Amino acid sequence: MILVGELSLWVALLMAVWATTVSFAGATTRRADLIASGERGVYAVAAMTILAALGLWTAIFTHDFSIKYVASFTSANLPKVYLFTSLWAGQAGSLLFWMLVLSVFAAIAVFTNRTRHRELMPYVTGTMAFVMVFFLATLCLGANPFERLDWVPPDGRGMNPQLQNPGMAIHPPMLYLGFIATTVPFAFAIGALFTRRLNSEWLVAVRRWTLLAWFFLTIGIVLGMWWAYVELGWGGYWAWDPVENASLLPWLTLTAFLHSVMVQEKRGMLRKWNVTLIIASFLLTILGTFITRSGIIASVHSFAQSPIGPWFVGFLILGITVSAYLVTTRLKDLKSEAVLESMVSREAAFLYNNLVLVGIAFSVLWGTLFPVISEAVRGDRITVGPPFFNTVNVPLGLLLLLLTGVGPLIAWRRASVSNLRRQFTVPAAGAVIVGGLLVAAGMRNGYALVSYVLAVFVAGTIVQEFYKGVKARKSMYGESLNLALFRLIGRNRRRYGGYIVHAGIVIIFAAFAGYAFKTEHDVTMKAGDSVTLTDPWGKSWTFTSQGISQYDVLNREVTAMALETRREGKSVGIITSERRQYFAGSDPMSRVPTFQPSTEVGIHGSFGQDVYLTLVGVAGEGAGEIRIAFNPLVRWVWLGGFMMAIGGLIVMWPQAERRRRESGYVTQLAPEHDMVGAER
Amino acid sequence: MKPRNKFLIGGALILSAVAFLAINAVNATGVYYLTPTELSEKIAGDSTFYDVGVKVGANVVPGSIVRQPGGREVTFDMTDGSKTYKVVYRGIAPDTFTDSVEVVVEGRLHPDQVFHATVLLAKCASRYEGLPDRPDFNNDYDPRLSYAN
Repeated sequence: MILVGELSLWVALLMAVWATTVSFAGATTRRADLIASGERGVYAVAAMTILAALGLWTAIFTHDFSIKYVASFTSANLPKVYLFTSLWAGQAGSLLFWMLVLSVFAAIAVFTNRTRHRELMPYVTGTMAFVMVFFLATLCLGANPFERLDWVPPDGRGMNPQLQNPGMAIHPPMLYLGFIATTVPFAFAIGALFTRRLNSEWLVAVRRWTLLAWFFLTIGIVLGMWWAYVELGWGGYWAWDPVENASLLPWLTLTAFLHSVMVQEKRGMLRKWNVTLIIASFLLTILGTFITRSGIIASVHSFAQSPIGPWFVGFLILGITVSAYLVTTRLKDLKSEAVLESMVSREAAFLYNNLVLVGIAFSVLWGTLFPVISEAVRGDRITVGPPFFNTVNVPLGLLLLLLTGVGPLIAWRRASVSNLRRQFTVPAAGAVIVGGLLVAAGMRNGYALVSYVLAVFVAGTIVQEFYKGVKARKSMYGESLNLALFRLIGRNRRRYGGYIVHAGIVIIFAAFAGYAFKTEHDVTMKAGDSVTLTDPWGKSWTFTSQGISQYDVLNREVTAMALETRREGKSVGIITSERRQYFAGSDPMSRVPTFQPSTEVGIHGSFGQDVYLTLVGVAGEGAGEIRIAFNPLVRWVWLGGFMMAIGGLIVMWPQAERRRRESGYVTQLAPEHDMVGAER
Repeated sequence: MKPRNKFLIGGALILSAVAFLAINAVNATGVYYLTPTELSEKIAGDSTFYDVGVKVGANVVPGSIVRQPGGREVTFDMTDGSKTYKVVYRGIAPDTFTDSVEVVVEGRLHPDQVFHATVLLAKCASRYEGLPDRPDFNNDYDPRLSYAN
């Protein structure tokens, strides 16, 4: 099976080369047999890649330590679930996993479009096949997961303990799914450029794929934040690390696209911009992967330096060149069908939203690449850290939050004064009142105040929309409150799903602002010692040390410190923080420590704040060094992320044809020349 | 004025604000990232460099780590092979900070040639990649020795 896996990688490479060649040849000569062969080639690549992945999984589960990848990332005592996830724990394996998902996505895209978009499809198939050629060549020639050692270690090195966490088991696949799903829209964009069929056709074809990519990226990013928070023990969830930035960049451009595409659907504007955003999203995923894996930029997450860097640079340069050529030679076909009529209109709000999102993306890219840029230009390597990203992005983020409230409610084309008054009086009044209350309550942090005022404003606009919609349904159809709400969302999934995503964003912004009020205390305690601290809400907490204990669990030795915790004198239970030393070998006498010790934080969570304990070390005589932090509103970050995912799901959920027509869904997606001038 | 031009002006304003923020923030928050040798060259060329906060990437000299009781302060030597500095760090060292790892320290070099670090990051080369060490079959194989690194 292992040998079959290795061989099938090579067969897949040949198949992908074949599919690329005949698809493009079939497209230019319009020969149906070549086109069909290219599509079958994509299915064959998928089948071969699945075989290869099964081969590596077989090697992992049978503990074949003669294979370098298996020896490097697994060990005989690793729990089964982590044996499964170790496929994407290291460089070569995660590339294979990437290729696995890519080939399945490509096969799905080819299959679902087998009777649709026939003009575009040969180019789409060819582009996807070419991307697969690149990944397969990198796998076969640059980072082969089946590489063998010339000796057989008695046991593998095991998996990094910090990766042995349920969040880490699903966070990378989610990010990958998001990254990889951008390939399909990219291929359609290239196909549309080649064929000059640049109306809404390709946008309709990629709508669900862009949503899917955005959905998985959102989940992946939030899970990554959660993992960093509970596993790394530094008390935060976002550090502007290059690898985090790499996942944020395509998310920003995709978010921009999901908004600007509405302007193209309704008004036939922004065609160049939309094509560019999709191409940029795809290339940013490649750039992100390159940053993560090449070691070019020092990152806490960095994989070891590896030879695949040049592969990615080459692919990136090729992608930029081809895309730039195609876009510049087709500027005439990308002409806008309408002009901006007023600065006070939904088009303008969406344009500004796009500018801000892309501005954030640029500043993040600039900050991430700055060490490389400054070294090339000035000869000095200069790094920028969180202060840079916060200085630039906090004001931009707040502007974006404001637009989140304005965009969905302002009228298309030209907003009248009565439109503005009707839509914004209540939310704005609510925001001003809450702002006044917060100042009266003693909040003096400028950014936090602005965040909360804007958050209330946006939340007000969303609640108002739901209120009006439900009220209308109740009076029109006589439905009960719950039924009206359910039907309101169900019949206008795109609109109300979008509002739910926005509500998630609002919650996340409010939670970020709360983080400004975090407090931390370092204390040393022997068994029986206690300490009393005041949290940011003004409540007093008493922590009493229960002493330090040491014991073994599965494949690790644990040193734990438990604190009996009381809030305002009432016990809330015992919070425990651990330091873990993982070991290899199951015999207690001969086991050997692997990796550095890792910290397991203790969290007592509530909606107000997390009490976050980190055992720093043991200071002799049973005394433990512990850091006690009060992290306000952290739970709302996860809740907001969850809401964004739910909203995304609602928007994506397939709708029956009849329903679609009923809710105007189909007309929204009609070719744009039908729409111009048809004010709705 | 046409709305399109108004929008372009507004857009240009936003983009220049982004550019201004980005460039300004680089000047305000950017720090040099040097090796110990580069740091000593900078200091030799310009003694005001003692007052500049810098980041230094180097290796920990094995066996040089001294932890104060209580674990709040740690001293060690860092080197890039040709130049070595003593480092004092007050704070909690990360889990990954052990002998013979690569570290990135942020802080100031004092005129007494001791580097006072305010940030200590440890980067273990084998954090995500690595193989079990190859045993030497000529001697009695004690896996403990090979894994100890």
